[in-house]
Amino acid sequence: MSFIAYLINGISLGSVYAIIALGYTMVYGIAKMLNFAHGDVIMIGCYVVFTMTSGLQFNPLLSVLISVVVCTVLGIVVEKVAYKPLRKASPLAVLITAIGVSYLLQNIALLVFGADTKSFSSIITLPALKLAGGKLSISSVAIVTVVTCVIIMAGLMLFIKKTKAGRAMLAVSEDKDAAQLMGVNVNGTISLTFAIGSGLAAIAGVLLCSAYPTLTPYIGSMPGIKAFTAAVFGGIGSIPGAFIGGILLGIIEVLGRAYISSQLSDAIVFAVLIIVLLVKPTGILGKPIHEKV
Amino acid sequence: MALLEVKNLSISFGGLRAVDSFEISIQKGQLYGLIGPNGAGKTTIFNMLTGVYKPDSGIIQLDGKDITGKKTIDINKAGVARTFQNIRLFKEQSVLDNVKVGLHNSYPYSALASVLRLPKYYKAEKEMNEKARELLKVFGLEDKENYLASNLPYGAQRKLEIARALATNPKLLLLDEPAAGMNPNETKELMETIRFVRDEFDMTILLIEHDMKLVSGICEELTVLNFGQVLAQGKTKDVLNDPKVITAYLGE
Amino acid sequence: MKKMFDKNNTKKATRDSFVTYGIVILVFIIVQVMVGTGSMSSLMQGLLVPLCIYSIAAIGLNLCVGYLGELSLGHAGFMCVGAFSSAFFTKYMVDTGMNENLRFVLAIIIGTLTAALFGFLIGIPVLRLQGDYLAIVTLAFGEIIKNVMNVLYVGKDSKGLHFSVSDASALKMEEEGKMIINGPKGITGTPHQASFVIGIILILISLIIVYNLVNSRTGRAVMAIRDNRIAAESVGIPVTKFKLMAFTISAAVAGTAGVLYAHNLSTLTALPANFGYNMSIMLLVFVVLGGMGSFRGSMIAAVLLTMLPEVLRGLSDYRMLIYAIVLIAMMLFNWAPKSIEWRQRHSLKGLFSKKTKGVQ
Repeated sequence: MSFIAYLINGISLGSVYAIIALGYTMVYGIAKMLNFAHGDVIMIGCYVVFTMTSGLQFNPLLSVLISVVVCTVLGIVVEKVAYKPLRKASPLAVLITAIGVSYLLQNIALLVFGADTKSFSSIITLPALKLAGGKLSISSVAIVTVVTCVIIMAGLMLFIKKTKAGRAMLAVSEDKDAAQLMGVNVNGTISLTFAIGSGLAAIAGVLLCSAYPTLTPYIGSMPGIKAFTAAVFGGIGSIPGAFIGGILLGIIEVLGRAYISSQLSDAIVFAVLIIVLLVKPTGILGKPIHEKV
Repeated sequence: MALLEVKNLSISFGGLRAVDSFEISIQKGQLYGLIGPNGAGKTTIFNMLTGVYKPDSGIIQLDGKDITGKKTIDINKAGVARTFQNIRLFKEQSVLDNVKVGLHNSYPYSALASVLRLPKYYKAEKEMNEKARELLKVFGLEDKENYLASNLPYGAQRKLEIARALATNPKLLLLDEPAAGMNPNETKELMETIRFVRDEFDMTILLIEHDMKLVSGICEELTVLNFGQVLAQGKTKDVLNDPKVITAYLGE
Repeated sequence: MKKMFDKNNTKKATRDSFVTYGIVILVFIIVQVMVGTGSMSSLMQGLLVPLCIYSIAAIGLNLCVGYLGELSLGHAGFMCVGAFSSAFFTKYMVDTGMNENLRFVLAIIIGTLTAALFGFLIGIPVLRLQGDYLAIVTLAFGEIIKNVMNVLYVGKDSKGLHFSVSDASALKMEEEGKMIINGPKGITGTPHQASFVIGIILILISLIIVYNLVNSRTGRAVMAIRDNRIAAESVGIPVTKFKLMAFTISAAVAGTAGVLYAHNLSTLTALPANFGYNMSIMLLVFVVLGGMGSFRGSMIAAVLLTMLPEVLRGLSDYRMLIYAIVLIAMMLFNWAPKSIEWRQRHSLKGLFSKKTKGVQ
């Protein structure tokens, strides 16, 4: 039974990674940039929910909604101020700027909320699900996390396939200049991508903090890197890839921690990533790169 | 014996036969043209000759040695150098250094010799500079040696690519549309340069070109390619008067 | 910024490198005078060795990013390897009565070579990947190295060395045995042998190596691969060999920085702050801000950015915030096409603008 419990934990953690990875992968697909500050948007989202629920005693759902709005706006503003002026510059310049934004968000949080660890009380207060005569207990957080992830995934796929804005996103990710010529509002589409990615980061943050209830200005960093790894793992730029990469990463991490070594769980995750990339250099669902001579 | 002997060369991409049973025989010192409509497979042939693509079947012999399916580096070492249709210079390096990269294998000295600045380094560098300047002079680029390659005008970039290819001391030079983007005057000048290179360096040259003036002006023999297959082959004059060629290619 | 001419011409390049050596020596003299006359705060004096460490590491990374054109986010891992292997050696030899200067020189060599070996071994698979994939895999390797260092236990007794990856008691050492690497507690009690003088000497050696390498046949081949791999192959450059060579040397230089780090602290631990991806990113910031391909720029950026938070210490809580804002502002100023255009129109030469150069 413990294996199944670990597996469920892994899928739950992986779902959080998947939601974060979606943000990474969408932004990468559209703007061809690694948004290193994405993890810190998660952290801001957590603090907003924490302040709303613990400080102001708001309704949890309302708090999450406010958090999503705050993060969405944050994502759009960051893109406009820091990334947009560099759109035609070297990708490396944008990467470093994103790192600057990451430091900025961490230090703003440090000033506003302080360096001390806040204990985040889970907003999901449903009782755990007991199965197999009480031998297997699945926490409500895990269930909510997985369900949320699946809903988001499905919603996003539908959005991209069925709506005009979604198809515009696809067009921009294929060829920015051609899309512009065809009358797609490229700036608007990029803003929308950052908005969606950041909004999802807020949700991921709440789920993450509900499962691991400690809150510091630096909590976004490691899940951010892991989710980025997940996005690469699944094939960066691919939305189903982010989902698969996230889930697999979560499972590997939890099983590795349980059965091999708790201290080496990160090393195991990264080792698997390396092996996958060496076998399939563009990730599980990534398209092969061809260079025309 | 021919310098380049190609037999039954074929390659497919995703089920599409890009080049089908291509054959060519080029004598030493010849100036040979490869023409054909866009998408006929000319550059694909160059890519197979230089090891960028591995042919599905066929034999490529250079000076009697089999080079089929070998790596690009080894084919270059065996004596094949090329230019590219979409210019591929080392943009962030100087004009002189571009040629010196071409001289890389002719003046070997170790990384240790460079770090310790051994006499070998100074000697080799001096010789490389002289050799590179000599080559640049052939193409009238000697006064631009300190320019970044990317800052040269288009025509000069094409010439620099030829100079860099020549620096590797090849037996066979493959030129992929050397006159593309040049005005008639530049093209005329280029024709003279190509002829000069052939005579001066005793070079065998195979070139892809769309400019018929250039082709008929300097190529002694031609192969016309259409849909991956050889349509006509032989003396330039005969080929250009071939009714098949006129309808398939020139007539349009 | 677009430049018309290339600096990398033998004579000009030689002059450029000697200007850099001159600056390093000048800074050394000024600092010595300031320390001698007591006009340097003890806080600043404590920063001298770290400034050398970060300068060396940034020089190493610049070889990889600026010249080879490959984005590595794992150079802190090579620092970590250099630090631990050299500190291990020093700690192992500390009571053998070996001359301590000789021991330190050997430690530097060992740390550098071990990092080079790791660079080589990691480079073989990794350099097949391109762009962002290479970046993430180097990051992964860096994290693995850091992680493994935290579970490694090594002890020494009369029977020799004992290894374990679980805990100290699993070493089954004799009573009088000595712990060398103690898992997450790392290596303690390494003699404090790093000094500003040593740091400056190592900077100069690193600079001579990278400058001489870059302005040679090897450097041209490496840059040719960066600028156009297919063209480089077409003129007979063995791409894998030179990529691997540049990456290995880059890792080795980072390893040298690690040696200095290990011998500047009494306790060496592999934490996210010193050997995690954050440090790799920090080094990358030095390289990009200082100008890719400019070793001098990397050093200047490393020195300024390491000192900035210390200079701002009076502002306590706000200093890292200001640091972040300065970083973003400088990136926008240096790299935004509009800003470049504006600067060209007003012919304003920014602090780093001359050296900024795009690498594709």
